[in-house]
Amino acid sequence: MSSELTAAAVAAFHRPLRIVIVGHVDHGKSTLIGRLLNDTDTLPEGKVAAVEEMSRRRGMPFEWSFVLDALQAERDQGITIDTTQIGFRTARRGYVIIDAPGHTEFLKNMVTGAAGAEAAVLVIDAGEGALEQSRRHAYLLHLLGVRQVAVAVNKLDLLGFDERRFEHTKAEIENYLADIGIVPSAVVPIAARHGDNIAGRSANMPWYVGPTIVEALDNFTVPVPDSDQPLRLPIQDVYKPDDRRILAGRVESGRFKVGDTLYFAPGGRSATVVGIEAWNIDTPWTSAVAGQSVGLTLDRRIFVERGDIAYHAETPPDESHLLQLRVFWLTERPLEVGRGYTLKVATAEHRVVVESIDRVIDVDTLTAREAATVARNEVADVVVRSRSLTAIDRAVFLPRTGRGVLLDEFDVVGGAIVLDTRQDKPADIKAGNIHAPTSAVSTGDRVRANGHRGGILWMTGLSGSGKSTLSAALERTLFERGRQVVVLDGDRLRLGINSDLGFSPEDRSENIRRVAEVARLFADTGLIVITALISPTLADRARARAIGGRGFQEIFIKADLTVCEARDPKGLYAKARRGEIADFTGISAPYEAPVDPELVVDTGALTREDALDLLLGYVEENFGINTDWENEGSGV
Amino acid sequence: MNDLEHLESQSVYILREAYNQLDKLAMLWSIGKDSNVLLWLIRKAFFGRVPFPVVQLDTGMELPEVYAFRDRVAAQWDLDLKIEQCPPESEMDPTLPPATRAAARKTEGLKNLLRTGHYQGIFVGIRRDEQATRAKERVFSPRTLEGAWDVKGQPAEFWDHYKTRFPMGTHVRIHPLLHWTELDIWRYSKAENIPIVPLYFARDGQRYRSLGEKNITFPVQSSASSIDEIIAELETTRTPERAGRSMDNETEDAFERLRSVGYM
Repeated sequence: MSSELTAAAVAAFHRPLRIVIVGHVDHGKSTLIGRLLNDTDTLPEGKVAAVEEMSRRRGMPFEWSFVLDALQAERDQGITIDTTQIGFRTARRGYVIIDAPGHTEFLKNMVTGAAGAEAAVLVIDAGEGALEQSRRHAYLLHLLGVRQVAVAVNKLDLLGFDERRFEHTKAEIENYLADIGIVPSAVVPIAARHGDNIAGRSANMPWYVGPTIVEALDNFTVPVPDSDQPLRLPIQDVYKPDDRRILAGRVESGRFKVGDTLYFAPGGRSATVVGIEAWNIDTPWTSAVAGQSVGLTLDRRIFVERGDIAYHAETPPDESHLLQLRVFWLTERPLEVGRGYTLKVATAEHRVVVESIDRVIDVDTLTAREAATVARNEVADVVVRSRSLTAIDRAVFLPRTGRGVLLDEFDVVGGAIVLDTRQDKPADIKAGNIHAPTSAVSTGDRVRANGHRGGILWMTGLSGSGKSTLSAALERTLFERGRQVVVLDGDRLRLGINSDLGFSPEDRSENIRRVAEVARLFADTGLIVITALISPTLADRARARAIGGRGFQEIFIKADLTVCEARDPKGLYAKARRGEIADFTGISAPYEAPVDPELVVDTGALTREDALDLLLGYVEENFGINTDWENEGSGV
Repeated sequence: MNDLEHLESQSVYILREAYNQLDKLAMLWSIGKDSNVLLWLIRKAFFGRVPFPVVQLDTGMELPEVYAFRDRVAAQWDLDLKIEQCPPESEMDPTLPPATRAAARKTEGLKNLLRTGHYQGIFVGIRRDEQATRAKERVFSPRTLEGAWDVKGQPAEFWDHYKTRFPMGTHVRIHPLLHWTELDIWRYSKAENIPIVPLYFARDGQRYRSLGEKNITFPVQSSASSIDEIIAELETTRTPERAGRSMDNETEDAFERLRSVGYM
């Protein structure tokens, strides 16, 4: 930016502080804001006259809230429906005020407004005290990451400006806030309608010596972006405007410079930054800090896509399938165990299934209870399992990459902060009682020796879709090309390691778990492992993916039931149709097709040769020595 | 980062989100100061290119300086310019007050554009500080095919997660400048040296503060003849930006009515 502004002009334009006004419906939020704007000489010409006219037409005394309640329905019903924003200045600096509706019906609008704030004023009616919605708002402020809070105890004019009543309400709200970890910067007694202690000191409350509302606002600080924190640069998109390949994204925390080696999670591929691309700048950028939207180019071509997060080697994000989240729920249909949602964190999207609801938190009393569902406006701690590996932070550590939204179909239905990530292991392993010895041969050594990486090609599909045929052909061809490869065939394993298992749903699950564990051991020793199991359920395959680690590739061998039944290589469909086999996938038991597999091989449409070519190309691209492998465990 | 860099970065983030998440995009170019800044930010986000069509909803009522500016800049910046002719005023809702009725032509022009162009996302350069109902907007604001704005049922939008999924037949208005102010627009235009229609600069004691069609927009009294002077003027003025826009002030809810059926 070729800034020619004078030094004085630049100094006058520090970024405005964004403050949200929250609290129970009718406790006077919009009135406070109207008064604040008026008393700081912010309102445009004609606005007061317009509000006078609106009030007169409704037969009301002058109604300050009409300054902000722009919607006809809001003025007619006397409530704020949606959040709005307006700027004003004090002698110290500029502000953006966010008005948030207090009515419980519009909590999603309150969240929409408050999430963008850097500080908050919680308005409480001195006569009514901290009602449920005030407490809910305070609790949400905390979850939303708003750390600076001042309290305005309103309507003291209706209580004869009684100090004792003020002190009572003050103590009540301070106790509650302390329990959720908020220490208010000020608790100000006000009468918003008349301007007491808003911009000027109230003559009606000589007993109060603390700051006015304007002084309390001026005492807040403007947070600076976390450029000293670990680097997190979530990738938004990849552009190829010419011969450049530009990774676009915004630095959410930390900083980087040209020449840095960046790693990309999940997976840990790495490359060196050779340039930071920008248009219409005087001198090329050589570094970037938190808050900047950038485009960068790398020294070599590695696979990076939207959702990946760039970081520095010494400070990686967590990588996990299991997340413990604190969620706030915003929609009519409750959150349920077993239901699937999309979790968006920064630019990544993950399909997640709710595994458990640990507790629902009563925001009024701050007690926890067990529950099977989470209803609208409730807060709860839940555990979700992600299909894909997430690269994520704990919210207390790095909030911007440690929080996100949950979507159901088209809509955002809740917000979530990451309390913790979990590894998918039994308790005594998690407790650290069992230690896996490190191998004397490193993954890098194995890759160099083999000339390729290890990993798992998990073929799933109906009986007769071509899994066994293709896996045998792939194994042979890869072997002839000098690759270390093995096929784990479901039937063969059932003769040995799995000979104690039958075909009940539980046994089929256990069968799959064991195959996944064996595949992982082989993959870690550098082998390309091909598994050929029907593995009909999403849940079992999600678990196999979690066990399989980074090198796990789900390959959907796709063919219609009619095609498979016509092929019937083992005569099993015929038997199943005659009722001689119970729970036969496709006939009397369901097959849950993969939602987003790494590769689909449509054997109904492709010839055997074309299907094999497709698989070979995929393996060479993803398991080749040319891709970056030195910095990771096994696989891609 | 200074405050203008912050504003720019946020807008670039929004533009890139829309470009990645939505299929068919277009930008509405009114040729005023805000949409010129928007066009500039698009070039920032996409490294000099404007990778989708730029549409003018034309009523034939713009001032000649506006048309001249349009043709010059479109050629210079190699824009994919589409001009959508708006239907005549006689076809507009007769119950609307006169200036509002004239403004409604653009709403209908936009509906025609959506019907024929099948756009999924439309970039519009509106700002919260312009007008109280615009202050209620989301960055990604879903609309029905007819353009209706369900102002009481807007989606949750927080932590920079935007509404990018919707059923067939819906489109979304994307507002990358929502968080900017009038003053920000001028300071950024100066810092980046963005071309501006000369009507914004005072001649004979008058200038256009907000540029609209000649039948419903009027210049305001001003002696500001450079960007520096405009910035100085804005720092002290109490006159609202859209004071010269007749349609805003005809009735209490004229602008809300206009917007709820699809006006920008």
